[in-house]
Amino acid sequence: MSAATLSTGVSTGEISPKLGYAATLLIAALWMVPFIWMLVAAFNPESIGAGMASLVPSYIPTLANFHEAWASADFPRYGLNTLIITLGILAVQIVTITLAGYAFARLEFPGRTLCFYLFLLQLMLAPVVLIVPNLTTIAKLGLYDSLMGVMAPYFASAFGTFLMRQAFRAIPRELEDAALIDGASVFQRIGFIYLPLAKPSLVAFSIVSVTAHWNEFLWPLMVINSPDLRPLTVGLASFTRGAEGAQAWGVIAAGTLLVSAPLLIAFALFQRAFVNSFVSSGIK
Amino acid sequence: MAQAVFTANEAREWSAPRWRPRRSTVLAFAMLAPSLLFLALFTYWPVVQVLWQSFHGQIRVGGPQAYVGFDNFLKLFADPAFRKALANNLVYALGTVIPSLVLALGFAMALARSSRVNALFRALFFLPVLIPLVAAASIFLFLFLPNVGLLDYHLAKLAISGPNWLGDPDIALWSIMALTIWKNAGYYMLFFLAGLQAVPADAYEAAILDGAGPWQRLRYVTLPYLKPTIGFVLVIGLLNVVTQVDHVFVLTKGGPSDSTNLLLFYVYQQAVENYDAGRAAAGTLVMLALLLVVTASSLRTLERSFGEKDA
Repeated sequence: MSAATLSTGVSTGEISPKLGYAATLLIAALWMVPFIWMLVAAFNPESIGAGMASLVPSYIPTLANFHEAWASADFPRYGLNTLIITLGILAVQIVTITLAGYAFARLEFPGRTLCFYLFLLQLMLAPVVLIVPNLTTIAKLGLYDSLMGVMAPYFASAFGTFLMRQAFRAIPRELEDAALIDGASVFQRIGFIYLPLAKPSLVAFSIVSVTAHWNEFLWPLMVINSPDLRPLTVGLASFTRGAEGAQAWGVIAAGTLLVSAPLLIAFALFQRAFVNSFVSSGIK
Repeated sequence: MAQAVFTANEAREWSAPRWRPRRSTVLAFAMLAPSLLFLALFTYWPVVQVLWQSFHGQIRVGGPQAYVGFDNFLKLFADPAFRKALANNLVYALGTVIPSLVLALGFAMALARSSRVNALFRALFFLPVLIPLVAAASIFLFLFLPNVGLLDYHLAKLAISGPNWLGDPDIALWSIMALTIWKNAGYYMLFFLAGLQAVPADAYEAAILDGAGPWQRLRYVTLPYLKPTIGFVLVIGLLNVVTQVDHVFVLTKGGPSDSTNLLLFYVYQQAVENYDAGRAAAGTLVMLALLLVVTASSLRTLERSFGEKDA
């Protein structure tokens, strides 16, 4: 169905947009159905029964499902864990990518090209694929079932390093030379000249990093064993499995909304920054 | 005599100033050290480990690890579940990347002109990108629920009885694919929106003056300009196909009868549920090979955008 309408959409794209535009709006409506259902079901006073499939609310909205979800899973604790994981990864990443980015941007050293390709390798071999051997490493380091174990594999970021290198290169060397004459050390130069001027790239990287790790599932699922240390995604999956058995769809919708809301709200507030950083992200 | 000259030359070659690393070299490696440490631990070492492990195994149960040649790979490819996962992943790749790419291009072309309404619709298409794949799967669990679920409930009003979306081995993979397309099309749209901005307006004007219809403009103006973007999106799409299986975990666990099993989920099962390290390692190696094939094709682009040779 969508293929037929879409082909007209593509063909008439820019100049006689009516038909393609209409098709796109129609698909957009279809695209929203899962979200609309989530909202309608989450605020439903009921959680079970045939009426759950309705997309039009025919009730007075209540928070009953949220109470139920809140009571049956420790979402505040999961949220805190996710927050620690995402911000912890980001904090370490900013240090590692700033240092490495500066080295690639401003320093001459033998083995530079080799190092470049060593970093590039991380972009080519997605970390997710290495979960099985990495789990062994994490266990050997004594980090199994700890938040640090979830974070550690992401502390180095080739993507971030290259992004910072680009940003640092665009900064005129004269600024650094002036600071050098004033006797500023290399770390002062980075802290007071390079980082403030590279802020847009830092923001872009931060958004991509936080979104990626906020949404990550399989790796924390493997590393974390104690229920107390679960991040939101792992908590939601086990919560869903429990509620699915009880057919409590309204509660599942409420839980899903709770887990998705923080990033959706952040996106609503900083739309432009999100879009720009995702465009610059490409390959994480 | 000749010997003496030779040693003198050699001594000069190896004399102190050349030998001692320059200050900037020391500084550079000190700055690269934290990154290189973590890369070594979690990127290079696991690859070495997987290479070693995939050629080793226990010859008898409980025995020590010994070299077993290609045994793990033979067992891997003899496992119908793995062959199924490999085949599924191929179908899944074709069935998700191409439709999301076409949809994303369509969305981008329709919404390219900036206006408040278009910005809103762009945001709508982008929403699925922001929610966790696990959350999307939780919603789609009800969407695909037999009889009372969202799809069946509304199809029943049209007197259509839907198939068992996740329970029928012939349908389940397609249901999973629908979720993936829904989740990713908005992400790819962003790249096409950026790419379309690079198409000069006079290229279209010239095409219109030459009497080109909409299809011809797409074929001879838009697509050639978007070629790098299409290549780029293709690579990201294929990477996603290998690396994202969270929804499989929530919706089907690879079932029914492995009809929705994908490579990464298979490897996860071998490692976590079957404790078969050798087979998991061999499976990981197969995935790494696939990733290298995909990313090697974009290596030139990566080098150009990040590399030493600046454009």
